[in-house]
Amino acid sequence: MADFQLWCFYAFAAITVGAALAVISVRNPVHAALCLVLTFFSTACTWLLADAEFLAIALVLVYVGAVMVLFLFVVMMLDLDLDPLREGFVRGLPFGLVVAVVMLLEMLALIGVRAMQIAPPPEAAAAAGQSNIEWLATALFTEFLLPFEVAALILTVGIVAAIPLTLRRRAGVKAQDVGRQVRTNPRDRVRVVKMAAVKPAANPESTTP
Amino acid sequence: MNWIIAAFDWFTTTFPTLTMALGLFLFPLLPLIIAVAMYVWWERKVIGWMHVRMGPNKVGPFGLAQTFADVFKLLLKEVIYPANASKKLFLLAPLWALIPSFAAWAVIPIGSHQAWADANAGLLFLLAMTSMGVYGIILAGWASNSRYAMLGAMRAAAQTISYEIAMGFSLVGVLILAGSLNLSEIVNAQAGSKGLFEWFWFPLLPMFVIYFVSGVAETNRAPFDVAEGESEIVAGFHVEYSGAPFAVFFLTEYANMILISFLAPILFLGGWLSPFPASWGVLGAPGWWWLAAKAFFFATAYVWFRATFPRYRYDQIMRLGWKVFIPITIVWVFVAGCLKYFGWVTAGA
Repeated sequence: MADFQLWCFYAFAAITVGAALAVISVRNPVHAALCLVLTFFSTACTWLLADAEFLAIALVLVYVGAVMVLFLFVVMMLDLDLDPLREGFVRGLPFGLVVAVVMLLEMLALIGVRAMQIAPPPEAAAAAGQSNIEWLATALFTEFLLPFEVAALILTVGIVAAIPLTLRRRAGVKAQDVGRQVRTNPRDRVRVVKMAAVKPAANPESTTP
Repeated sequence: MNWIIAAFDWFTTTFPTLTMALGLFLFPLLPLIIAVAMYVWWERKVIGWMHVRMGPNKVGPFGLAQTFADVFKLLLKEVIYPANASKKLFLLAPLWALIPSFAAWAVIPIGSHQAWADANAGLLFLLAMTSMGVYGIILAGWASNSRYAMLGAMRAAAQTISYEIAMGFSLVGVLILAGSLNLSEIVNAQAGSKGLFEWFWFPLLPMFVIYFVSGVAETNRAPFDVAEGESEIVAGFHVEYSGAPFAVFFLTEYANMILISFLAPILFLGGWLSPFPASWGVLGAPGWWWLAAKAFFFATAYVWFRATFPRYRYDQIMRLGWKVFIPITIVWVFVAGCLKYFGWVTAGA
């Protein structure tokens, strides 16, 4: 079974790398956004293999289900002129390469540091005999409660800040006052008229009785 | 006959993993597809009765075979591609809508810990899968190269994302009271001596209502079906679709409706638990038939809404989602926390 998992990991990792390469190489921006979705999804699959199911599903939920949908929308709506963007690719290439090499070195250093530890520490969740999610919740809400609350506060401030940034008063906008709409009385709008029933006049052209 | 059994035995023993995968794949799919066909028939019948009509009654007994006839007609029809459409994405879109909605069924339990995947993160998985379905709609709108389709896709995406928030918050209430993300555990947390009043609809009544209404909005059904408003944008995101791809969209919509109809009882109405006291023998015993009966009620409610309510105006849909549902659910998350903290509601018997 471990062997099967290893093959699954290679397959998902290969798809991740392939999709990530496609993000920067395909010509159509919508296709690029969809490749990014695939990258996130296969990354989530590799995390699932590492028993980090909460992180994996949260990645799909937040990035694939919400962030990328909005991103895709913006890309679809923009009328992108692609040629100037492609010219920038060659100019930005050396700088991009430097950043990529630095990131690679950092990752290698991290892997090196971890490999230097003779025995890797046991997985905290497995050691406590809990599922990953239970362990994560316990840790978050007991040990790391204050940082967690601070993060929540920062996010809330971010949400509130995003609204004033896009809020501007525009003149001449017609909007409905919902309160007034709800408060209206049907009698102000419709008048019901009582009328006596009247027999329709007989059609003179009709021959049937 | 013998060689068939022998071949089957050889296949299952030679490829056990593949057989299991195929079984796990086909076992939920076939009943689901048949249920969708029956549901379409039931919808047309019920709406017919509400309109004082007969509904389908020509093909098969009571018109039962009508849906199958329609499906085969659709599958055999020519698929028409709009001019300058992005053909690959045009065909990918219905699949991208269909696959997450089927995948979500993996974690639905029909009895205590009887699910195809009794996952610990079941509820999160469900949320993730239902949030992926919107891609199918957006891609369909974009790939069709049609203004009507694009408008429908925009409306659908905005609506789905808005109502997902209210839906997510109402699930938070359930999570607080149940203390688990596993769907079986959530139902078991609703068991107790008071029967009906131990279920989560009672302490979480506003959330229960909001959950189902958001579910209706999430599946783009009447009265929230502006995504395919026939009178303004013809049929919205699937206006350019014909034949088999259209059938796939149709199947997805109804599979999603059945999914929401199953989730509402699992989360709020005690799933397979019986509303009667255990001393009532067969009636008091828990079983999948209770879940099926509750789901049938919600599935019929979908049809009932469609025949009863006129379509919401688009800005009113947004107002309802953002200014009414989300504040109520946020307040009720706090209430649910108090209920749990002061021990007014306890999980399980």
